[in-house]
Amino acid sequence: MSGVYPKDFKYTKTHEWIKVTGNIGRVGLSNFAQDHLGEIVFVELPEVGAELKQGETFGVVESVKAVSDCYAPASGTVVRVNEKLVDSPELINSDPHGEGWLFEMELSDPSELDNLMDVEAYEKFEAEEEVAH
Amino acid sequence: MTGPKKTPLYDLHVKHGGRIIDFGGWALPVQYTSIIEEHRTTREKAGLFDVSHMGEFRVTGKDPLGFLQKAVTNDIAKADVGRCIYSPMCYPSGGCVDDLIVYRLGEKEYLVVVNAANAAKDFAWMTDILEGFPGTRLVDESDGTAELALQGPKAETILQKVTEVDLKAIGYYRVRDKVKVAGRTCMVSRTGYTGEDGFEIFSSPEDAPEIWEALMEAGRPEGLVPVGLGARDTLRFEASMPLYGQELDAERTPLEAGLGRFVSFDKGDFIGREALLAQKERGLERKLVGFEMVGRGIPRHEYPILDAAGQAEIGYVTSGSYAPSLERNLGSGYVPVEMSGIGQKIHVGIRGRAVEAVVVRTPFYKRRRPTGA
Repeated sequence: MSGVYPKDFKYTKTHEWIKVTGNIGRVGLSNFAQDHLGEIVFVELPEVGAELKQGETFGVVESVKAVSDCYAPASGTVVRVNEKLVDSPELINSDPHGEGWLFEMELSDPSELDNLMDVEAYEKFEAEEEVAH
Repeated sequence: MTGPKKTPLYDLHVKHGGRIIDFGGWALPVQYTSIIEEHRTTREKAGLFDVSHMGEFRVTGKDPLGFLQKAVTNDIAKADVGRCIYSPMCYPSGGCVDDLIVYRLGEKEYLVVVNAANAAKDFAWMTDILEGFPGTRLVDESDGTAELALQGPKAETILQKVTEVDLKAIGYYRVRDKVKVAGRTCMVSRTGYTGEDGFEIFSSPEDAPEIWEALMEAGRPEGLVPVGLGARDTLRFEASMPLYGQELDAERTPLEAGLGRFVSFDKGDFIGREALLAQKERGLERKLVGFEMVGRGIPRHEYPILDAAGQAEIGYVTSGSYAPSLERNLGSGYVPVEMSGIGQKIHVGIRGRAVEAVVVRTPFYKRRRPTGA
């Protein structure tokens, strides 16, 4: 699936992505995640002001059949959530790396980003996961 | 360890892009393209399902009617040849062993179709009952039987293209044996698990792939799509058809599940009669209701149901989903009878929060029948 994943994002093993601009990280689900969940019909996002720790659950996405936890790719404070998802959760399916973003956070420890995968590592990881499924 | 069992259509599912899962020991597609799309196409046009995992038992010999009357709760004597009857099958406690359909094929010949996950348990249970009926035979034909379901408003048009039999002559819950479909000998019934008009087609495993392909071909102009287990569940859920293991189990009785019309106290003795009669006379303590979410959230199997204040736990969710045709978040579950009235405010416990819901009428979805039918 080369070319699907933006090169300037970092990725988690639980298939979230984060795009960092200055001290702000925008978070979403990867194409692999949305594809495997199927049509997303419900999203529960963190509230603005919520303190997240890297690796902790921050919310839930639900497809017709499955409820899936989402894990924070970094630690920090939620500063903005994508309100469009309340009425249009399917944006996560149609544009997972763009319009389907979940929330933005102010990073408390940018060095944590070194624990995440870059696009090359994620593409390799995702391809292995694809085979495992 | 052996892998999940494959139906005769497994290779076709893979070829057509089905996403295969292990469903109670069966390798079956959960979806081909999208659960929501497959669901809506079945409601609006037609869908084709592989339900070969279902169990089929043939009952013949000296007294098949007497045996079935003892085993299940509905009155099988009402079935003339060519009639199908839905029925719960109960334990002496009144709890459900399974729910099933009995097809009367001849004077002394019946086919019983049971849930895949229960087939082995049902067969053992019915074999025990059979001891009281010497000369009556019960044969498990599940391995030698494939089953397709063709469902939706276009189902009759599509099936008619590949069979000589006048399908209009097969009414709702009627069955016709030894019908040629795409040149293969089948049993065809007007039954299903979607809330739509449609047929179930039983054949030998060898013939099933060709019948499947012939139906897909005949159905192309009508918009027929293959449908996986995901949409099969949302379709039956919208139509408020019970699923064993969710609405029905060994603890809940057909009366609590709202299936009282399939329990015939007048037909004579049957297993569970005493317990069910006592429950009926005593009055129900709890019953199955449908509800719609008022707050944000999707109810799911085994979530707790809370009272109007969102405090005390009063019951549990049996099934819940986003309903693709109704575009609402709906659920079903057991609550105390005094909290089962239409309009009753309840809550569902979702990840530790009480989310408001309201009891609504069921079935959630009812198809419009063609005028004059």
